[in-house]
Amino acid sequence: MKEGAGSHWRPLAGTPLLRLRARMLADIRGFFAARDVMEVETPLLGRHAVTDPHIASFDVPVADGAPGTTVLRHLQTSPEFAMKRLLAAGSGDIYQVCKAFRDGEAGSRHNPEFTLVEWYRTGFDHRDLMAEAAELVAKLLARPVSWVCRGYDEVLGELAGLPPREAPLMELGERAVHLGLHPDALDGMDRDDLLDFVFSTVVQPQLGHGRLDVVDRYPPPQAALARVIDDGGGPVAERFELFYEGLELANGYHELADPHEQERRMTTDRERRRARGLPDRTVDERLLAALEAGLPDCAGVALGFDRLLMLRSGETDIRRVLAFPYERA
Amino acid sequence: MASLGMNDIRAGAKILLDNDPCVVVEADLVKPGKGQAFTRIKYRNFKTGKVLERTFKASDSAEAADVVDTEMQYLYNDGEHFYFMDPVSYEQVGADAAAVGDAAPWLKEQDMCTVTLWNGTPLMVAPPNFVELRVVETDPGVRGDTASGGTKPAVLETGATVKVPLFLEQEEVIRVDTRTGEYVGRVKD
Repeated sequence: MKEGAGSHWRPLAGTPLLRLRARMLADIRGFFAARDVMEVETPLLGRHAVTDPHIASFDVPVADGAPGTTVLRHLQTSPEFAMKRLLAAGSGDIYQVCKAFRDGEAGSRHNPEFTLVEWYRTGFDHRDLMAEAAELVAKLLARPVSWVCRGYDEVLGELAGLPPREAPLMELGERAVHLGLHPDALDGMDRDDLLDFVFSTVVQPQLGHGRLDVVDRYPPPQAALARVIDDGGGPVAERFELFYEGLELANGYHELADPHEQERRMTTDRERRRARGLPDRTVDERLLAALEAGLPDCAGVALGFDRLLMLRSGETDIRRVLAFPYERA
Repeated sequence: MASLGMNDIRAGAKILLDNDPCVVVEADLVKPGKGQAFTRIKYRNFKTGKVLERTFKASDSAEAADVVDTEMQYLYNDGEHFYFMDPVSYEQVGADAAAVGDAAPWLKEQDMCTVTLWNGTPLMVAPPNFVELRVVETDPGVRGDTASGGTKPAVLETGATVKVPLFLEQEEVIRVDTRTGEYVGRVKD
């Protein structure tokens, strides 16, 4: 951002890119209309913030009836919980194109507010959905792209020479430092944090060259909101991620429908937050009530739309595909 | 010294890493959607000049380094140190050859330079972009040859050697761009 303050009112992305963005949004709506998936809208300003310790929500004080008093609401980091309430209420297949907000996430591949395409398909598992996600991505990239799916352990072994489950913690730490992690940063890092480092530093840059790479069968601590099953080789999460040209593009699950397991994961999240000195986040009891009422068997996925636009246009900095990135808002 | 959160570290920030003062060249967030956030920084170590890359947790912090650029007047060198004076406080500092580095052949007594100080000790010296130096040794000038474009080497009063046009005479004063080491023009008295 070298321009003087005088030109900062201007959009950073030029009109051709904005036109491409608009066309891709129209393509998304066409894609789902053809499949009879209904477009929905859910609140951006939610009553609860996500409990995930790695995701920071913006807290917004909101006037609460009595003069001068406010309550905290939270800009949503994903529309997932509200969309699951729609599914439990019988919406059928649904999608949404919306802004999501994550505090502290700014860089060449992150903007604190970004556009997500999120959809849920009833009767699908994560395998069915990864095929559909790959199809939408290929359509939006306007090029024929094939895809290959491999397990998390397999890619870490193959691309980083690391057995993620058996490797002793010490060895993982040494490996991370060798790969450029500052030794001081090791403080407070657990196995999954170290795996995140190795994955994003070594594995991810090698993914998605000449094809889409899908990674699935995540270790259970990284299940997030996916079901955990035993596939014969031990417990794995029915979660997948999609990568193209080294960029993380989409994250999907065969959705966890068990309210008790959901609550247990949220409680674990809150304990981890407490241990890390992060603000506490309350449990969204309306999500739990919806799961209690019955979430249809479904799979859901969130796709980072701005990153897709980067890939389509060849831009390497996310700010270049946004009219007004964070710095210029 | 103040502590800086990794999230607030931008290019140009001066921080202490492994006890050495460094300037951040580039900083970027590396974060899986559902995982630990990291900040990858590329930085130059002022002491060694080396550019390195290291990754921290985005929640980590680093100590700010008291590194400031100060305009100082070059006084003299005693064979071991180059001495500079703050024109306001008259305070003097001595910079060793490592700190002066490539600036040495452009340092002319009385010229104002940018001296980068860390806790008061010189880390780096940048000469002015343009310096005026006397030619102390060159072949005799070729009269009237202002068009051929030919050049010859000339040794300047500071010991630097630059290429100059053929018409230049010994004892003339020339203007040199210190960033490229190129002759810019003749300075008339």
